[in-house]
Amino acid sequence: MDPIKTLRARTVVLPVSDVDTDQIIPARFLTTTTRSGLGAHLFADWRYGSDGEPKADFVLNRPEAKGCTILVAGNNFGCGSSREHAPWALADYGFRAVVSTQIADIFRNNSLKNGLLPVIVDPAAHGWLMEHPGAQITLELETSTLTLPTGQAVRFPLEPFARYCLMNGVDELGFLLGREQQIRAFEERRPAGPPA
Amino acid sequence: MLRERGLPVRRPQLTFATMDHSTPTRTEQVFGGAPITIEAAARQVRELEVNCADFGVELLGLRHARRGIVHIIGPELGLTQPGKTVVCGDSHTSTHGALGALAFGIGTTEVGHVLATQCLLQRKPRTLAINVSGRLAAGVTAKDLILAIIGRIGVAGGTGHVIEYRGETIAALDMDERMTVCNMSIEAGARAGMIAPDETTYAYLAGRPRAPRGEAWEMALEEWRGLATDAGARFDRQTDIDASALEPMVTYGTNPGMVIPVSGTIPQRPGDAAFAKSLAYMGFEPGRPVAEQPVDVVFVGSCTNGRLSDLRAAAALLRGRKVAPGVQMLVVPGSQEVKREAEAEGLHRVFLEAGAQWRESGCSMCLGMNGDLVAKGQYAVSTSNRNFEGRQGVGARTLLASPLTAAASAVRGRLTDPRELM
Repeated sequence: MDPIKTLRARTVVLPVSDVDTDQIIPARFLTTTTRSGLGAHLFADWRYGSDGEPKADFVLNRPEAKGCTILVAGNNFGCGSSREHAPWALADYGFRAVVSTQIADIFRNNSLKNGLLPVIVDPAAHGWLMEHPGAQITLELETSTLTLPTGQAVRFPLEPFARYCLMNGVDELGFLLGREQQIRAFEERRPAGPPA
Repeated sequence: MLRERGLPVRRPQLTFATMDHSTPTRTEQVFGGAPITIEAAARQVRELEVNCADFGVELLGLRHARRGIVHIIGPELGLTQPGKTVVCGDSHTSTHGALGALAFGIGTTEVGHVLATQCLLQRKPRTLAINVSGRLAAGVTAKDLILAIIGRIGVAGGTGHVIEYRGETIAALDMDERMTVCNMSIEAGARAGMIAPDETTYAYLAGRPRAPRGEAWEMALEEWRGLATDAGARFDRQTDIDASALEPMVTYGTNPGMVIPVSGTIPQRPGDAAFAKSLAYMGFEPGRPVAEQPVDVVFVGSCTNGRLSDLRAAAALLRGRKVAPGVQMLVVPGSQEVKREAEAEGLHRVFLEAGAQWRESGCSMCLGMNGDLVAKGQYAVSTSNRNFEGRQGVGARTLLASPLTAAASAVRGRLTDPRELM
């Protein structure tokens, strides 16, 4: 995973609340056994017509969305299934961060493990972002702040361990494997067999 | 991930695999020579077989007698036990909390972490108590209760929390009903939902194939009896629900929080564009009674309502009746064991004589990735857990309800309060 310290990019605004992972990537694309190329199916049923052609009025298909790598969505993003294909599809499409007032727990966890930054902001900052699609914003991991073009900075929650992993490109598995001694000590105190 | 790093599965004896999402439910495709029609699904099934063999993980494969939806077979086999931590790459893992386990869904990367290290890094969640009192009326089920709870607290109401369902109504539920309630915790945004283990739990587990026996059972019981939340414990949040006031519930929109009694009318929210978009997808108008909506498909099954008692409830309503002309009804047991038990009671004959289809176990029509689909624009009364746009097929319109409401709607050919037929 590449380290992320600062992200400065323009936003694309998806004005929909409660976006679920079935919308981010419909289940029929989950039979894949690899994770590459999922960006082509991101928001498939909103993005393409039944003829398979891109719908001109969908936000990601508009010319001004080109090059925007921060997705600002309505309230409560990423609810529903635990499919990691959702952050994979967003990241594969080119998104580096998702901003909402609330982000579902499993989706948020999955995003952090794939270098997609889940950014939860207060309703006021969110409201400003929703009204200013294409705004150039800055996400600073060190201070966990989102800075609007107005100069106003708001903090977003990011637990220290997740911040450390993102900023240093450390993956959690490496961290866990480094705890071999503690894991072994715990296992020695427990019965070895299947659930008692 | 394991192969890339040359890692084994750390505790294969604590790891179990089955296949449910992408498996077909037609008998000829499961046991006959007919191939799985979706090539990618067939590949996924083969890959799981190879991976389990390579890494020494027990697999209840496609033709295994105890195969089924993971959240049905975990408890059924006695693998799920009070006090255990249970994780699976599926959000409805919350189901297992009904046995007093801490159970939650994780993504693929975290599944890899568990396989490699038997560990997961976690933050302590907040706690939400849902206190339920009063008796559920006849015809009102555990499904109606959890739909009402989601309607009350909203689809993000439990985000960041683990729910404990408590109170006399919960204590009076049987295990199948408790699993239905905990199953849909995630639809309220909570990764996990739990119910304190009690005599009902122990009676359910006793004698199951993977439950402890003899002296080990006695030791386990002693441990389990100490697990319940202390009297006077403080929760971060609490909500009280009066179950006696509930009616059969149904969803009318495109998330599970958009729910009303079957006797209700579609709400009006002038100026709410998202609400209007949702109703447009569903083809519904505000202010209209939701009952009487003609239905095309009825699905009884899924990890929410695919257990024996769910099939019994649907069969009781269908006995001596017919599925209305033009309605396709699928009854899909949650596991092969549920299927055998249902057949031993003759439930399959009730379904078949009524004109419904009787299938092999799997996730089936709950999500459109195994060939069982609702067609564009069609209305499905479904006992599953998600009514998201396109969940059951592109353009499909899902009405989530109980097995009783589903069966009653199949008979009448339109959304029907089951109490009219009881």
